Amino acid sequence: MTSRDVLFAAVGLITAAAAVLSVTSRRVLHAGLWLVVTLGGLAGCYLVLGAELVALVQLLVYVGAVVVLVLFALMLTRSGAGEVDTSMGHRWIAGAVGAGVTVLLGGTLVAAYGWAGREIAGPSNEQIGEQIFGTWVWPFELLSLLLLAALVAAVAVATTGHRRREGQR
Amino acid sequence: MSPALPLLLAAILAGVGTYGVLARRHAVLMLIGVELMLGAAGLVLVTVGQFSTDPLASGAVLTLFVITIAAAEIVVALAVVMAMFRTRGDVDLTGQAQADDHGVHRDGEDLHREHHRSEDHAARDEVVG
Repeated sequence: MTSRDVLFAAVGLITAAAAVLSVTSRRVLHAGLWLVVTLGGLAGCYLVLGAELVALVQLLVYVGAVVVLVLFALMLTRSGAGEVDTSMGHRWIAGAVGAGVTVLLGGTLVAAYGWAGREIAGPSNEQIGEQIFGTWVWPFELLSLLLLAALVAAVAVATTGHRRREGQR
Repeated sequence: MSPALPLLLAAILAGVGTYGVLARRHAVLMLIGVELMLGAAGLVLVTVGQFSTDPLASGAVLTLFVITIAAAEIVVALAVVMAMFRTRGDVDLTGQAQADDHGVHRDGEDLHREHHRSEDHAARDEVVG
C-alpha cells in the first residue's frame, strides 16, 4: 500500500460520505452544500490520481458554476418544497437498487482491473492540450456549439411561461 | 497505486446517485443524484486513462468533455425546473401530487377568468361598436 493509496482512501472516504449525505439529507439546502463537498472531494481524487488539469476544470466548472446554479435553484424553489423524499417502501427499494448497482459495477470493474498496484502513466498536461487541439478538435468545437445551444434553450425555456402569463394580464 | 480503490469509489458514487434519483421527490434534489452518477463516470474515465499509456490521452480529454456536457445538461434541466415551478407552484415529481395541485387549479381558474373577461370585452366591444 503506497502513500498514494492511503491519500486516495482518505479523500475517497470523505467523498463517499458526503455523497451519501447529499442524497439523504432532508433539508434541501444542506443536500446542495453536501454536493459541494462531494464534487470538491472528487476533484481531490483526480489530483491524487495525477490528473491535475481535470481536477482544476472539475473545481472550476462544478464547484464554481454548476453548484451555484443548483443552490440558486434550490433557494428560488424553496416555497414549493413539501416532502422531499418518497415513501419509506419506495426508499427501501431505491436503496436496494442502488446497492445492486454498486455491487455490480464494483465487482465488474475490480474484476477487470484487479487489486495489483500499477504505475501511474497518464498523459502530461502538454500532451492533453496537444490532443484536445489536435485529435479531438472537432468534438471540442461541437461542444462549444452544444454549450451555445444549451444557453439559448435554457433562456427560452425559463422565460416561456413567464411571457405567456404576462401576456394574459 | 492500486486501481481498485478509485473504481470502487466510482461504483459507490454510481449506486448513491441511483438511490438519489429514485428516492427523491424534489426535482432539484433528483438532479443532484444525476450529478453524482456523472461524477462516477468521470472518475472511471480518469482512472482508466491514468493507468494506461494512451497516446490520444482519451481518458482525460473525454472527462473534460463529460464535465462540459454535464454543465450544459444541468443548465437546461434547471431551466425546465424553474418553468415547472412557475406553472405549477412546486417542484414535486410525484404524479399523485399533480391531481390535488393548488397551482394547477389556480392557473386553471385564472385562465377561466381571463377567458370570461376577454369574452366580456368582446361583448362590450360589440355593444359599443
